[in-house]
Formats: sequence, C-alpha cells, structure tokens
Amino acid sequence: MPRPEVKTGIVGWGAYVPRYRLKAEEVVRIWGFEKSMPQNLFIVEKAVGGPDEDALTIGWEAARNALRRAQVDPAEIKAVFFGTESKPYAVKPSATVIAEALGITPATMASDLEFACRAGSEGLRASIGLVASGMMKYAMAIGSDTAQANPGDVLEFTASSGGAAFIVGPREESAAYFEGSYTYVTDTPDFWRREISPYPLHGEGFTGEPAYFHHIISAVKGLFEELGLGPDDFDYAVFHQPNGKFPLRVGRKLGFPKEKIMPGLVTPWIGNTYNGSAFIGLAKVLDQAKPGERILVAPFGSGAGSDAYSLVVTDKVEEKKPLAPTVEDYIRRKAYIDYALYSRFRGIIRRITV
Amino acid sequence: MKLSIPRFWREKAAHYRLIGTRCKSCGRISYPPKPLCPYCGSRETEEAELPRRGRVLSYTVIYTVPDGFRKYAPLVLGLIELENGVRVVAPLTDVMPEEVRTGMGVEAVLRRVQEDGEHGVIYYGVKFRPTMEY
Repeated sequence: MPRPEVKTGIVGWGAYVPRYRLKAEEVVRIWGFEKSMPQNLFIVEKAVGGPDEDALTIGWEAARNALRRAQVDPAEIKAVFFGTESKPYAVKPSATVIAEALGITPATMASDLEFACRAGSEGLRASIGLVASGMMKYAMAIGSDTAQANPGDVLEFTASSGGAAFIVGPREESAAYFEGSYTYVTDTPDFWRREISPYPLHGEGFTGEPAYFHHIISAVKGLFEELGLGPDDFDYAVFHQPNGKFPLRVGRKLGFPKEKIMPGLVTPWIGNTYNGSAFIGLAKVLDQAKPGERILVAPFGSGAGSDAYSLVVTDKVEEKKPLAPTVEDYIRRKAYIDYALYSRFRGIIRRITV
Repeated sequence: MKLSIPRFWREKAAHYRLIGTRCKSCGRISYPPKPLCPYCGSRETEEAELPRRGRVLSYTVIYTVPDGFRKYAPLVLGLIELENGVRVVAPLTDVMPEEVRTGMGVEAVLRRVQEDGEHGVIYYGVKFRPTMEY
C-alpha cells in the first residue's frame, strides 16, 4: 500500500527574517566571552525583531509569502498550525490572528503548538495527515519565534527572530511532494522554560549527544529504513540549526557531505530562529532546488524530538519561486544595531509602566 | 492610553487587512471604512480591499510620544498614496527617521501597534515599511 504522504506536497512556501542584525562580536564585547566563541559556534550575526515585531507578526509575513506562492483562495485553507515557543500571549491563540489577517477565517482549524523548536514541524506532519486523509484540501504550518536567551548565556549568540510557513496541499499542485515522514520523541531534559521564566535553561550534558544528535539521527535513520533510501539518494539535507556547527556535524555522522548541507544552512547569518530554524533552511533550499531533486529535512525540538521528511521537487517549483521574496533576499536586507538597541528592541531593558 | 477592545474588534478588518469602503453611488473609496460616504453622503457602501503598495507623500516624526509608545519611539507617521490613489495615514516601520524620503515606495505589513500595558490586549494593525523588491 502506498504511503499516505505521497498524496501531498508543499504548494506554497514562505519565509521572513527581520531587518535588524546583531553581530556576535557584540555579545563577546558586552559579556566578556573569548573572542574565538563566535568562530567555535560558527555564528557571524543574528537577526533581531524590531520593537513592533513578535512571533505572530513574523509568522504572518512568512504565511503571506507562502500564500503568494500557493496562489490558492485563503478560505480554502482549513487548518492553521502555529508552532512557537515565544507566543505573545500565554493564553489566546496567535493562529487565529494570523488566519483572520490573511482571510482564512472562520471555517478553519487554528491552534498554537508547543514542542520547543519542533512545534511547527508537528504542525507540518499533522497537515500532511489532514490533507492525505481527504479531510481538507489545504493546511498551513508555520514555525516562528523571537527566540529568548538569558543575557550573557551562550545561547544569546544565536537566539534570533524569524520564521517560515508551508501550505500543504494535493501532490499535483505541489512544488515538492512528500515521500515519507518519521517522528522520534523521548522525554529528555535538555532545555526548558518554566511558565513564569522569561528565559530558557539548558541541562548541561544533555544538549548535544543525548538530545540533538540522538533524536535527529534516530528520526533520519527511521525514515531511511522505511523508504529504503540513504544519504546518497538526497541532493540536500536540512537539519535544525542551533548554531552553525551542529547541522554540519550531524550531517557528517549520517553520511552527508558539507556540500549538501550548506545550501540550507542559515544560522551563521541570521541566528537560530528556533521554530523557524529548519523551516527557513527548507524554504531556502526550495528557493534554489531543481525539479527531480530530493530533499531531506529534519527539524528538532528540545524535550526532545525530531521529524524526518523526504521531499521530491516537481516542475511546479520554477513558476512558484519568483512569486515572493527569497530567504536570500531577507538575509541581504539588513541594518546593524548595537547591544543597547538590541536590548531595547527585545525587551531586555525593563521599564515600569504607569 | 487604553484602546476600547470592542471598538478594535469591530474595526479589525480595517486594521488587519486594509479593508475600506467603496461608495456604491459615487464610487470613491474611504479608509478607514465609513458607513456614510464622506464625498457624496450616500449610505450605500461596500467593503473594498485596498492595494498594499504605495508611496510616501509626506511624513512627520514624533519624538514626544504618548504613554505606552516609548518602546516604539521615535514614531514616524506617513501620509501614503496607495496604488489606486487612495490616501491613508499610517505608521511607518523598519525605517529610521533619517532614512524616510518623500516619494519612497512602501508596502503594508502587520505589526504590533499598541498594548494595554504588560497584561492587557495586544493590538495588531497595518504599518508600512519600505517596499521589498524581489
């Protein structure tokens, strides 16, 4: 029996990266890190959302770009999944605001999902299921964050703002169709944020091997086994990108050369956009992929879990590429700010309001 | 400065999607939407979605901002002529005051406009930023 995923594909993709950039050397200067730190993490600079941006507005712009490429009536989208770990409200969905602002409401599912950096990916997998089952023709998954990091924590080098969105629909309308998907999750205490905490903490010793590497490798190997594929069958590999080094290392462990990972690597230049991380990487690969090429995507979320997807690019990719700005367009659009302005923009400086 | 939640909810189509009103009698478009045409007085109006691109006709920079707006200061307010000739007054974003020019191309995006303090409602709405060519 054919896998249900093959009936579905990405009919529209879109990304968004805010304009402002903070150089990694600014974090070195302010917090007294070794000058080699940015190089060790392979991070040059990170994107910073402006004072009027949050995960919702970032998700909106990514979703709007996905709609431009999908060229479908927004009212035909029957599910909006918004994956984030920096939702503007603890209680009040962001998905409804985005759906309303794009003309998707009211006959639609809409929810915010949480699973650290892979919540949006859970939305993507759910979208595939909803479309493959025939319950709806189109569903949208958005991954977006204004990632938090405790000031002075090593995470601050990379925690950044950005997002991407995908509209899943029938394979025959798709720029790339899904061949299969595989999810691997366990209870792992590698990274968390309590309800009242403004910043996340990470469990020393858990963040690398037992979390990121174990879960991505397990999900990808699970997918390989189910599809009978291996690294040589893929033209691109996109992994979650907490820094510039980890995706290259996990790719090497799985047998992917650097050349297949670099096209989708964005963190060194925009930082880790958490739920946007692997999604923006996939969007960047779709911006440049050719019909017939095969893409591996493996987002990861702390806590911990990873999804692996195999996509095959179709002829439709070429007509959709020019319909919205590319990831590269957003990476090039930038204005540098210093640590003081970054602190103000991201609410690190706390004022009292009367 | 607190906004009225019911009023914002009633006007959300205008705030989120640049929905104005077209007069069925004289054909002119108003933004924000109005139940009565300000040009000919007709009560026969219909919703009209406005183009999202335009150009800055004029602008002003506000340094002494109302309560709750210091985080966005300085505020740049633009008079924008949309591609269909309709003029709207709206905040500009992603632009420093020294970067704004009369005639510059802008496009509508969704941004935070205001918040009722740390615990209240967050209001989202249209702002204009320099057009991204692609």
